[in-house]
Amino acid sequence: MKLKQLSVFLENRPGHLSHVCNVLAEAGLDIVTMTLADTSEFGILRLIIRDWKRAKDVLQSAGFAVNMTDVMAIEVADEPGGLEKILKKAEAGGLSVEYMYAFACKPKKNALIVIRFDDLTRASKVMTHAGIGVLSAAEFYAE
Amino acid sequence: MEPDIHPESIPDYLESGELRRLQLARLQDTVQRCYNNVDIFRQRMDERVLKPSDIRTLNDVAKLPFTQKTDLRDTYPYGLFAVPMKEVVRLHASSGTTGKPIVVGYTKDDLDVWSSVMLRSFAAAGMQSGDVLQNAYGYGLFTGGLGAHYGAERLGATVIPISGGNTERQILVMKDFGVTAICCTPSYFIHLIEKVNAGGVQFEELGVKIGIFGAEPWTEAMREYIQRESGIKAFDIYGLSEIIGPGVGIECVEQNGLHIFEDHFLMEIVNPETGEILADGTEGELVITTLTKQAFPMIRYRTHDITSIIAGRCACGRTVRRIKRIRSRSDDMMIIRGVNVFPSQIEAALLSIEEAVPHYQILLTRKGGLDQIEVQVEMTGEMFGDRIRELESVQKRLAQAIEHTVGLRVPVHLVEPHTILRSEGKAKRVIDQRSKRKDVR
Repeated sequence: MKLKQLSVFLENRPGHLSHVCNVLAEAGLDIVTMTLADTSEFGILRLIIRDWKRAKDVLQSAGFAVNMTDVMAIEVADEPGGLEKILKKAEAGGLSVEYMYAFACKPKKNALIVIRFDDLTRASKVMTHAGIGVLSAAEFYAE
Repeated sequence: MEPDIHPESIPDYLESGELRRLQLARLQDTVQRCYNNVDIFRQRMDERVLKPSDIRTLNDVAKLPFTQKTDLRDTYPYGLFAVPMKEVVRLHASSGTTGKPIVVGYTKDDLDVWSSVMLRSFAAAGMQSGDVLQNAYGYGLFTGGLGAHYGAERLGATVIPISGGNTERQILVMKDFGVTAICCTPSYFIHLIEKVNAGGVQFEELGVKIGIFGAEPWTEAMREYIQRESGIKAFDIYGLSEIIGPGVGIECVEQNGLHIFEDHFLMEIVNPETGEILADGTEGELVITTLTKQAFPMIRYRTHDITSIIAGRCACGRTVRRIKRIRSRSDDMMIIRGVNVFPSQIEAALLSIEEAVPHYQILLTRKGGLDQIEVQVEMTGEMFGDRIRELESVQKRLAQAIEHTVGLRVPVHLVEPHTILRSEGKAKRVIDQRSKRKDVR
């Protein structure tokens, strides 16, 4: 149910993002998906990487401040109203979305979104109960 | 007297009357020697129509002229030496902030006194023969390295003269050589803790028990951080090359003020503006007169260090009086938009926020004719969450803590780990990018 996401602290300055990518590339680690949240001064790079433990190690040894967070991956029908349907369920279950990011899977009909809910345990129940396709880590990386 | 007192530490426990008598005799001797041998001192005494014989009590010290740091520059290099060069067996020098260094000299006797007060310093911090000291103070013109070296050898400790720098080798030695005590600057020690932990070893697992830290001002909050993160006991040592080097004073195991070795150093606290002597307990500038130095005696040297004398006897039993941890060196004071700010205040404020580690830097710039100050703080794994608002909240709390302490709104910027330059000697906390004004002193 839970997916491990790495967050990396970055100063909002040229070259800092590519440095992270370079460290991961050198270690042969593939980024499945990512998003960047930023303010004028700093940013948080959020990464989904299959071998997140090793990614965390290499990033930390490269000197980055890295944090691990549990997020949820949900399959959404890639059609109008697909996401709305899920958010309605979350709302009804009293959940609030801290942030989310989406990525389309190549030839498939469905899109995948990564969501951080305020209460992950409850979110799992609500989503499962509503019959929404929450992916396990194994399923997620098998996509 | 406790049975385990080192014989050389006996003067730490002199009965007060006896100490004052000893101080007076030594002061009279020092004044006489300076009058005979140091031109600038004799001129100043003559201007005041003062003879060495006018010094009849310790209170008469107030009649004597002050010695300023500028006097050391003006008489560069040997103008304040009180013995012929053939008696000087060692020179040290400290880098002045402007231009020429300050040169200090030692006779054989001076070196003997210096090792003795360093021995007493180490003993006060709980070291004894059998301890293995990693001496990471720089060896060379800086007084720290050799001062600590001879004092620790004299105590019977095993000295590793590793000097400063080469962090990898420092850690190897610390792990493999059975090190029980270390001396260096507090900022460098924090760097060592960080590096040891990064190598997957908890610092507490090493055998280091005692740290003697000096050569730069540090705060009580920094001590708490060091002790918590490394499991050692951290002691503040005080000294300055103009007086002798390290070993003017040190904290004892009570860690409540620094004992000054008053049998060798006469201390006064004066109002930094007027020079008037202040009562015990009142904060002011520390002024020191050397009582036994031969080659480079100092009469009423203005240290620019702000502290106060702690009245009353210490629980450790020593009778030599204590000063509070140096709050600041008045030279370090920054005046920002009319407000006096000390780097130590900023450090204390930052460390009052629990997650913050002591890697910070103060940046001074000038914009549109106004001085701007900002503080950069390194992000850590502990401080860093996954949410922007958490980071903004850390930033806000740090800024509020500073504003609360110094009364000035200071922007705080979070920077990536390991981006602030680590110093292997004295940490450079303030980066002044304002255009240089003329030194008016």
